[in-house]
Amino acid sequence: MSVPLALLGLLEREPSHGYDLKRDYDTFFGRGKPLPFGQVYSTLGRLARDGKITAGPSEPGDGPDRKRYAITPVGTGEVEEWLAEPVAAEPYLQTVLFTKVVLALMLGRDAAGYLDAQRATHLRRMRELTEVKRGGNLVDALLADHGLFRLEADLRWIDVTQARLDALTAAVRER
Amino acid sequence: MIVNPVLRAEGISRSFGNTPALREAGLSVSAGEVLAVMGPSGSGKSTLLHCLAGIFTPDSGEVWFDGRRLDTLNDGRRSELRRTAFGFVFQFGQLVPELTVADNVALPLLLGRTRRRRAYARAAAWLERLELAELGGRRTGELSGGQTQRVAIARALVTGPRVVFADEPTGALDSLTGEHVMELLVGLARQEGTTVIVVTHDARVAACADREVVVRDGRVTDPYAGGIVR
Repeated sequence: MSVPLALLGLLEREPSHGYDLKRDYDTFFGRGKPLPFGQVYSTLGRLARDGKITAGPSEPGDGPDRKRYAITPVGTGEVEEWLAEPVAAEPYLQTVLFTKVVLALMLGRDAAGYLDAQRATHLRRMRELTEVKRGGNLVDALLADHGLFRLEADLRWIDVTQARLDALTAAVRER
Repeated sequence: MIVNPVLRAEGISRSFGNTPALREAGLSVSAGEVLAVMGPSGSGKSTLLHCLAGIFTPDSGEVWFDGRRLDTLNDGRRSELRRTAFGFVFQFGQLVPELTVADNVALPLLLGRTRRRRAYARAAAWLERLELAELGGRRTGELSGGQTQRVAIARALVTGPRVVFADEPTGALDSLTGEHVMELLVGLARQEGTTVIVVTHDARVAACADREVVVRDGRVTDPYAGGIVR
């Protein structure tokens, strides 16, 4: 997750204080990993230095920083460019899953048993995420869906691999 | 270890011609449990479901429902049990297209000799619970895929069954519609204390269940019981 770009994006909605930015970041993107205040203000400082945002004058009130930040045209351009750029479709080929299966086959270990155990672990996590969806708001559901679809992709790979284990064993041992 | 299972299969085998579909498969399901039966196409999961529901009889092994042996009952008794104690949701073709939605839902009750007025009142109540109250007069051929499956769920639950058997109930639906249908099925079954056995190859559907077993080459593997179940 790119913290500077997420903060820039939040600032494009409306000028905000650091505290409000942190609250919104934690609500939408933090998810159990809140952004430390120190990181919020150091990031805002860098964005201001680079001309992507401007900091208003200090306002009276509690807290370390009562400045209102606003995005500049340079910052808006960066957000626009970032949103338009697709994320690299990484193949994720060298995952731990893949390595474990290949090694198990090479070493004559129980690859099928490992895949069964992995399927159960994946499904247990999918069950937890399904529960999150049942109890959560739409943002929680959206995030849980992202996790569910990724786990589902792994499970499809597990199923196909399991169906081809004999052929894979032969291929791995030939080399 | 499941204590007092509502449904239990022990070492059941079933072949079609020379092709074995189930090989000494075993399974236990608790009352009120939602169980997903997963596995690749042709693994035997639908045959397992049909044997558990008394649609097929196994060539060998035993099936027990509620403490009674099911596989040795004659066709008539098994048929009666399916009508009174079991409900079914399939992927396709389970509704009568010439009948209205309300007729389809009331049908199992009418076949069980419930009085017409009472049958239609119960059908209407179930249609309401499945968010279909306004569609009672429509013919089922006019419905969307998601609506069709919701009608099928209403029909499966209208008799107050102990067990609902669902075979790929969301197989023909898009992700969001399928999810809605599964949530309704599982949510209503839990409210009623009904056991659900759902055959699926869809992990998102299986994630709605309490537990899953995997059927492979006609055998059942239970990851929580640590291996093949006979």
